[in-house]
Amino acid sequence: MSFRLPELGLLIDRDRPLTFTFNGVPVQGFRGDTIASALMAADHRMVGRSFKFHRPRGIVASGAEEPNALMNMGEGARFEPNQRATTTEVFNGLTARSQNHWPSLGFDVGAVNNRLARFFPAGFYYKTFMKPAWAWKHLFEPFIRKSAGLGQAPTVRDADRYEYFYAYVDILVIGGGVAGLEAALEAGRSGARVLLLEQSAYFGGRFMVDDVSVDGRDGPAHIAHLLAQIEALPNVTLRARCQGAGVFDHGYALGYERLTDHAPANNTPRHRLWRIRARRILTATGALERPLSFAGNDIPGVMLAGTVRDYIRLYGVAPGARMVVVTNNDDAYRTALTLHAAGLEIPAIIDARPEGGGALAEQARALGLRIETGKGVARVNGKTRVKSVEVCRQSGTGGAVETIPCDGLAMSGGFSPVVHLWSHCGGKLAWDGANAMFVPDLARPPTNQNGEGFVIPAGSAFGALQTEACIQSAVVAARQAADEVGRSIKEEAAPRAVRRISEHPMAPIWHMPARAPYRLRAQSFLDFQNDVKVSDIDLAAREGFESVEHTKRYTTLGMATDQGKLSNINGLAVLAGALDAEIPTVGTTTFRPPYTPISLGAIAGEAAGPLFKPTRKTAIDGWHESHGAIFEPVADWRRPYAYPQAGESTQGAITREILATRGAVGLFDASTLGKIIVKGPDAGRFLDLIYTNMMSTLKPGKCRYGLMCNENGFVMDDGVVARLDDDTFLCHTTTGGAERIHAHMEEWLQTEWWDLKVFTANLTEQFTQIAVVGPRARHVLEALGGVDVSREALPFMGVTGGKLGGIDARIFRISFSGELSFEVAVPTSQGLLMWNLLLQAGAAHGITPYGTEALHVMRAEKGFVVVGDETDGTVTPHDLGMGWAVSKKKKDFIGKRGMQRSFLTARGRKQLVGLRTLSDTEKLPECAHAVEGGKAIGHVTSTYFSPTLGHPIAMALIRGGRARMGEVLDFPVGGKVHKARVVDPVFYDKEGARQNV
Amino acid sequence: MLLLTCPYCGVEGEETEFHNGGEAHLKRVGDGSSDADFTAYMFERKNPRGIVFERWRHVYGCGKWFHAARCAVTLEVFGTYSAQTSEPPADLIAKIRAKRPEWEATP
Amino acid sequence: MSDLLSFSEIDGSGEVLVAMQRRVPMVTLKAEPTKPTRAAIKRALGTPVPAPRTIANGVAWMAPDEWLIMVPEGQTPQAVIGRLTAEIKAPMLAVDVSDARAVFTLKGNKAREVLAKGAPVDLSPTAFTPGDFRRTRLGQVAVAFWMEAEDEITLVCFASLKQFMFDWLVNAAQKSSLPAFL
Repeated sequence: MSFRLPELGLLIDRDRPLTFTFNGVPVQGFRGDTIASALMAADHRMVGRSFKFHRPRGIVASGAEEPNALMNMGEGARFEPNQRATTTEVFNGLTARSQNHWPSLGFDVGAVNNRLARFFPAGFYYKTFMKPAWAWKHLFEPFIRKSAGLGQAPTVRDADRYEYFYAYVDILVIGGGVAGLEAALEAGRSGARVLLLEQSAYFGGRFMVDDVSVDGRDGPAHIAHLLAQIEALPNVTLRARCQGAGVFDHGYALGYERLTDHAPANNTPRHRLWRIRARRILTATGALERPLSFAGNDIPGVMLAGTVRDYIRLYGVAPGARMVVVTNNDDAYRTALTLHAAGLEIPAIIDARPEGGGALAEQARALGLRIETGKGVARVNGKTRVKSVEVCRQSGTGGAVETIPCDGLAMSGGFSPVVHLWSHCGGKLAWDGANAMFVPDLARPPTNQNGEGFVIPAGSAFGALQTEACIQSAVVAARQAADEVGRSIKEEAAPRAVRRISEHPMAPIWHMPARAPYRLRAQSFLDFQNDVKVSDIDLAAREGFESVEHTKRYTTLGMATDQGKLSNINGLAVLAGALDAEIPTVGTTTFRPPYTPISLGAIAGEAAGPLFKPTRKTAIDGWHESHGAIFEPVADWRRPYAYPQAGESTQGAITREILATRGAVGLFDASTLGKIIVKGPDAGRFLDLIYTNMMSTLKPGKCRYGLMCNENGFVMDDGVVARLDDDTFLCHTTTGGAERIHAHMEEWLQTEWWDLKVFTANLTEQFTQIAVVGPRARHVLEALGGVDVSREALPFMGVTGGKLGGIDARIFRISFSGELSFEVAVPTSQGLLMWNLLLQAGAAHGITPYGTEALHVMRAEKGFVVVGDETDGTVTPHDLGMGWAVSKKKKDFIGKRGMQRSFLTARGRKQLVGLRTLSDTEKLPECAHAVEGGKAIGHVTSTYFSPTLGHPIAMALIRGGRARMGEVLDFPVGGKVHKARVVDPVFYDKEGARQNV
Repeated sequence: MLLLTCPYCGVEGEETEFHNGGEAHLKRVGDGSSDADFTAYMFERKNPRGIVFERWRHVYGCGKWFHAARCAVTLEVFGTYSAQTSEPPADLIAKIRAKRPEWEATP
Repeated sequence: MSDLLSFSEIDGSGEVLVAMQRRVPMVTLKAEPTKPTRAAIKRALGTPVPAPRTIANGVAWMAPDEWLIMVPEGQTPQAVIGRLTAEIKAPMLAVDVSDARAVFTLKGNKAREVLAKGAPVDLSPTAFTPGDFRRTRLGQVAVAFWMEAEDEITLVCFASLKQFMFDWLVNAAQKSSLPAFL
C-alpha cells in the first residue's frame, strides 16, 4: 500500500489540510500536494484505464511525462479533460474524475478488450476496417468514434479568461532546476535581460530530492542560495508554473503560464501565453527517466525510480511499503537509499548489469540491502496493484528463479535528455553511446535570422547527467549566451565544490529478460497511454516497417497526449534490435511543439466572446440599435439589415422600407463605404491606371462611376469617384474594399509607379455618409437649407459642398437605387446630428430609414451589380455587360492586358443576365445552378422579391447569357425544378427617368 | 515566426506586423506583350530552394513596401532594402555570396 | 489628465486607468521629406519634423513621408492645413483626420503591461521611453501609441473601433491580471 509518511515533504504544508474529490469520493491532501501525491497518500493505486485495452493503470511519474494519470478536471464551465494528475496542484473543492472507463473505474465493460488483446495487434484498424466499403460509414467509424479519446469534450462555454503577453529578453532560460538557475545567475551577472521559466510550482528539480553536496550545502540549500542571489538581480525574472512550451524561428518561444489552476480566482486570467522573443535560448530542461520493459510493467505500483524519490522527499508519500528496485544504472540506488532512509522495506535491488553498480551500490550493500546483479524482472504479478515480482536471469528467456512479494516496483532504464526544445526549430541530435541517449549536436543548432545558432543546451538536457558536469555546462552555456548578446563576462565563474560520486556505466538494456519469448513481450508495454507493446514493434519490423516515422504511425507508439516522452527511445531501441540496426541509424521521430498539450484558451488569448473579433461601428450605430435594427456583418462592420417595427416581420420591414423610399423618401447610413483621397499633380494619370475607365477627364465638381480590375482583368471593386479640385479625387469603394483598395493603390504607387507625384489617405472614418433617397429627397434637403440642391445647381453625378442645416457637408448627387438621391457626407462627430436633422426635416415627407437588404433589392431592380455577389474573382467587366466602363482609349491600366487573353474573350463565357421566374410567387433559391442537358451552365448571383414590381427578380451568370434572351432555364434544387426566363438585368425604370429629376 | 527589419522606419518587427507580397523584381508587361510573356509575369515564379528575393509590406507600421533577401531553407535574412529599385543592391549580393559561396542564381 | 471633461468614457476598476478621449483635433500630412519641405513644415508648425519613430511637440513621425499633427489648443485643423498648404511648395496632402481617429489614455505605472498583452513590441523601460512613437497592432487592431510620461500612454486607432478598443483595454487592465514583468 501507499501512504503518507509521518515526516518529509518539502513541498507540502501539513498545517494546511484540504479536501478534494476523486470520482466523487472526498480525498484529503495538503497544500502543495499534486492530485497524484494526494491520491497516492490515500492509497488510490489505480487512477485510470488505458486507451486500447482498458487495462488498470497507476501513477508512473511525477511530472509532465506522466502517461497514465489523466483526469477529467472540474465541472460545468470549468470542465477540462486529460489533465495530468502529476502536474495539477490540489485546492479545496477540486473535482477530478478518472477517464476511459464505463460504468466505473473498478468495473469497466471495455476491459474485455484486454482479454482479447491478441486480436488487437499493431495495425489492427488498418487491417480490419477495410471491407466492405459501406461498413466504414455505417459501422466502423461510429464504433471507433465511440471508443476513441480518453477524456470527454467540454459541453459548455469556458468560464475562464485567457491572455497573451509579449516579452522581449536577451536570454531566455527554459527550466528552473539547478542548471537553469546556475545559468540564469551567471547570465544575470552580465547585465543581460534574463527570463527563466519553470513548468512546475517549485524550483530546483532533481536537486530537491537527490543527495548532492555543493560548496558544502545540500541540494535544497544550494537551490535556496541560488534563488537568493538571483533575487538580488533586477535584470533576471523567474516565473514558476510557466512552461517553455515551444521554440520557433528567430528566437521566438512560447511560455505557457498556469495562473489559477492551483488556486481559482475570479479576476486573474487562468492561463497566460507568453510570446517571447529572445536573442538566445538556454534549454535547461533536464532529463527524463526511461522505464524498462518487462511483462506486467504497467501494473499500478510499477513506477519510475526517480519518481519514487520525488513522492517521498517532496510530498512525504511512500509509494509502497515494500518496494523492489530494478535498474540498468547507478541512479536507481539513490531510490533504494531514499526508501531505506524513510524506513521502508526493500526486499531486493535487481541490477541487470552482471558487474553491478559503483559507490552508491556499495552504500546500499553496507546498509545490508540485498542486491541481485545480472538479474532482470520476468514478470510482475498483480491486477490492479503489484503483488509480487518474478526475478530471472537477465541473459535468459525468463525462467523465474525467485518470486518476491512486494507492493511496488521502482524501475530505471537510464535517462534521456529532454532535447525537445532544442529540436523544435531544427536542432539536430547526436548519439551518446556510453549513456545510450540522444544529446544535442552542438555543431548543428537551430539558427536564427543572422544564421547563428540561438539555442544552447545546458545541464542534463545537454547530456551532463553528473552534478559537477551539469553545473559546469550551465555556466559555460550562460557565458556563451552572454557573449553572443554582447554582454561578455570578464571575471572567471565562481568554482563550485561538488561532492563526486563514482558511478559505474549504465548498460543499454531495454527489455527484460534479454531473450524474452513472445508470451512476455506481448505483456511488456512501451507506450502506456496508447497500449503499444514490445511485440507490436516486433510485428511492425517483421511486416517491413523500417522507418521509425512509419513504425510510429503504424503502431501509434508515441502518438498519445504524452507524445512518447517515456516510450519513444525504448521503442526506437526495440525497433533497432528487431531490424538488427544501430539506434542512431534508425533515427528519431520529430519533436514538435508544444512540449505538453496547452489549453485552447491560452492559444485564443483574450479573443473570445465580445473581444473575439473587432466590430466596427458607424456614428449612427447606437441609433440603429435603439430603433430595432437587425444587424448584418459586412467586412468588420455591422450594418443595419432592416428595421422591423413592433409586430412586423423582417420581410415586412424590407417591403415597407422599399415602398416608402420609392414612394417618398428613405434614409440610409452609407458611412461604411470606403473614401480614399487621391491627391497630387499626377492623380488623374494614376487613377487612369487604377480604374478601367477614364478618370483624368473628369471635371472638378463631377462624379463618375469607376470600375477596378486586378492585373488578371477580373473585377475587384467599384465605386463613385468625385473630382474635388484639379489635383484631388475622392474615390469611393465598397464597404469591404476600403483598406484593400487603399493598400492596392499604395502598392502600385510604391512599387511600380513611384515616379508619380500622388499621395493617398483613407478617410473612410472621417466622414459619416447618409443617403437621402426617393422622389421627395430634394424637399428634405431643402427643408434643412444652406445648400442649393436644385436640378440646375446640382445635376445628376454632381458634387457640391456647403453648410447643410448649419453643418459642413459635402453632397454627392449619385444613386444606387435609381431614385433621385443625394449622399450627404459630414465629419463623423456630426454624423448622428445630421442623421437626426434629416429625420426631422423628412418627417413631413414620411422619411423612412432603410437597411442593407432594401438597398440590395432596389439596386437589383435597377440591374446594378454588387462586387462579391455578381463577381467572384473570375468575372471580367465584359462578363457583366459593363464593357462601357472599360476604356478603349487608354494605353494602359491594371487588367488591360489580362482581359485580352483568349479565354477571357472567348464565346460561351458566363454573362450577367436578369431572370424572371415563370411563377410570380416563387423566388429562385440563392446560388441555384442553371442546368441544361445535365450540365451546369451558370448560377444565380442575386435573388429577391421585388415589392416595387410585385414579383421575384434575380440576376445570374449564364453561359452565353446575352444571346439567350427569352429562353426558359431550369434551376433544379432539392428535387424541385424552378423555371425562369432570361431577361435584361434592368427590371425597373430602364430609361433612368426617376433619377433624372 | 520571422523577424524582419523595415528599411523605411527601422523597426525590427515580428512577421505579424508585415504582409508578404511574393517574389520581388518582377518586370511588369502590359499591352502588346505576348501571351507567353504575360503568363510568365503573372504566374511563373522561381521558388528556389535557397535564396529568395521577396516583397513585404510593413502593413501594421509605416505602410511601406520593401524587399527582403532571405534563405527559404534556413530562414536566414540577409537584408532588407527599398522597393523602389529594379534589382538588389550590390553590397547585399556581395554579402550573400560571401556567406553562400555556392549560390549561383541571380535574382 | 486633470480635465475629466476631455474623456467620454473612463474605467478605473483595473490596475491601469483606461480613458477614451473626446475629440482630439489632428491632421495627417504627407509630402516628400526634402530639405525645403522639412523647413516649410517647421515654418508652418513652429516645430521641426520629429526624428523617425518619435513624437515631439505634438508632431508624430508616421512614415518617411507622413506625419500626424496634434492641432495645438486654440487652433483648428483647417488653420493648420492652411498654413501647411501655404508653406509647402512641393506636392503634398494635408487632411483633417480628427473624426477618423479614437484616442485613449492609459494611466498607471503598469500601463506598459496593458499594451504588452497585445502589441508585439519590446515595451521594457529601456527599450520604449517617453518620446518614442510606435505604429503596430494591439491584438487585431492597427494602433499607434506613445508615452506622455513614465506612467501615461496615449493610444490612437480608427474611430469605428472606439468601443471595441475601449473594451479590449479595460479587459487587459483588469486587477490582478498584470504580470509585473516590465
